[in-house]
Amino acid sequence: MSEPIAIQAPQPSGIATSRIGTTGFAIGIAIVALVLAAALVGNWLVPADPFTQDLGNRLKPPFWMEGSQAGHLLGTDQLGRDYLARLVYGARISLLIGIMTVITSGVIGTTLGVLGGFFGGRVDDVVLFAITTRLSIPVVLVALAVVGLMGSGLGLVVATLGLLLWDRFAVVARATTMQVRNHDYVSAAWCAGASMPHILIKEILPNIASHLAVVATLEMALAILLEAALSFLGLGVPPPLPSWGLMIAEGKDYMFFSPWVIMIPGVALAVLVLGINLVGDGLRNLLGAERLR
Amino acid sequence: MLRLIARRLALGVLVALTVMTLAFLLTRLSGDLAVSIAGPQATQADVEIVRKAYGLDRPLYVQFFAWTGRAMVGDFGQSYFFKDSVANLIQKRLPVTLTLGLVGLSLALIVSLPLGILAALRENSWIDRGVTLFTMVGQAVPSFWLALILMIVLGLQLGILPISGTGTWQHFVMPGIVLAFTAIPALTRLTRSGMIEAMASDYIRTARAKGLSRARIIFKHALRNAAIPVVSIAAVQLGFMLGGSIVIETVFALHGVGYLGWESIAKNDFPVVQAVVLVLAVFYIGLTLLADILNALLDPRLRTG
Repeated sequence: MSEPIAIQAPQPSGIATSRIGTTGFAIGIAIVALVLAAALVGNWLVPADPFTQDLGNRLKPPFWMEGSQAGHLLGTDQLGRDYLARLVYGARISLLIGIMTVITSGVIGTTLGVLGGFFGGRVDDVVLFAITTRLSIPVVLVALAVVGLMGSGLGLVVATLGLLLWDRFAVVARATTMQVRNHDYVSAAWCAGASMPHILIKEILPNIASHLAVVATLEMALAILLEAALSFLGLGVPPPLPSWGLMIAEGKDYMFFSPWVIMIPGVALAVLVLGINLVGDGLRNLLGAERLR
Repeated sequence: MLRLIARRLALGVLVALTVMTLAFLLTRLSGDLAVSIAGPQATQADVEIVRKAYGLDRPLYVQFFAWTGRAMVGDFGQSYFFKDSVANLIQKRLPVTLTLGLVGLSLALIVSLPLGILAALRENSWIDRGVTLFTMVGQAVPSFWLALILMIVLGLQLGILPISGTGTWQHFVMPGIVLAFTAIPALTRLTRSGMIEAMASDYIRTARAKGLSRARIIFKHALRNAAIPVVSIAAVQLGFMLGGSIVIETVFALHGVGYLGWESIAKNDFPVVQAVVLVLAVFYIGLTLLADILNALLDPRLRTG
């Protein structure tokens, strides 16, 4: 009985292959490395403090425009805070949220997917049901509601996104586990008297890890975009923390006169997400994960 | 075929019930709802009055069954902020969201089908690479930011479209473009990979051997098979788009269900929040069901399932 699987490709991009080639992979790694470096050491290199207000120096333009100030390479925001310092600090927030969310959702999704794929039957039914239910929940709305009702904060945003974005991990872990579970080395481990946890963790997990790594990049990109959207709507990372989404929200009122206040964080966001997706794409080609599709 | 639909329908109802439970629990997350509703200035006595008035003094399970029981027949209670029945509110806002969703999906299909086909037919050429790059960039650009950029360019600098509001059809153009952008990458990639797969298949080789024209091969034979996943994903995408339209509706102050959801979250209007979550989920469930049925209709191999 061949039925269409209940799980549709969950979110944009799916697992379809694409080929930008190794150049794309290299560019992606360069972008991610650059943002990571900015997040780690950026605020030591930038002399200004991201939180110090200077109301006499509000909305100064960046260096390529007329009227820019020597001390503020990317200008200042509506409260006179140095934009470069805030941008660099924002990289820290985006990456932190991306990584923490992927860890949380990765653990949940992989556990569910491996259990469903390995045991099949009733266990798999439950896992499939959980995935289907999760997919029908409107992510942005529920995330907004949770943060809106419980108060904003970095930890809460991570927990919420982590609890919402595990679906693709589960789908891929389940599918790959199903492929792997009948391989000879799993049977061999059974015969050698290995315990169930041993087989799941030592035999199955390493063999599906490459596929999960690709999913991790996609989910990280998604988490970063979602955090930005939540913060943009005022229900994510609380001010004065300079999340890129929040910077865009704060700059919104001035965008018609000083478009760069939304251009700078927006471009940073798009470039980081593009970089992560390029890395994911490169990994997929490198690890031969396209066999899955 | 009927059995397949019946099974999907049963699954859908079960999922909807689960989402219902989750939506109820979600709005109870804040701890004491009566305190949130009464507001920061309320005295303890005020809070108690609110608690009684809204029935929040009853045990949780009583509240839950009272709510689900009425929700089943389309009664979602009263909104605290809008002073109207929740069902009325949603009914008024739904056409806006649905219009936006359909405009977005149509635009997305108009862009991604030709792009995907073109990329597939010229696989590994610079066109193909360009299309892939376009989808990757499209995926990376935050939708709310794209919305602001369009406002600056189309609204302010060129002055051809209104910046926000719901009045005329022009108000749907910019939000529609932004919403379309959230679906274009996935649809384009899917069309491309489906088309590549189809063009490499045996029946296309047969069609070529028969001497059919290239146009006929592409549009009659290859596209029909490549369209199967695209059609079903398009329906699912519409579900995601309706759910995701909350950000876009809020940016453009478009008075749809998503905007209603955002307003009610900001106002602690939990009966509305619950209902909006449920309504969007039900739409998604319905659309995936539709996708499965379309899939079965388009692909004879799945009809006997």
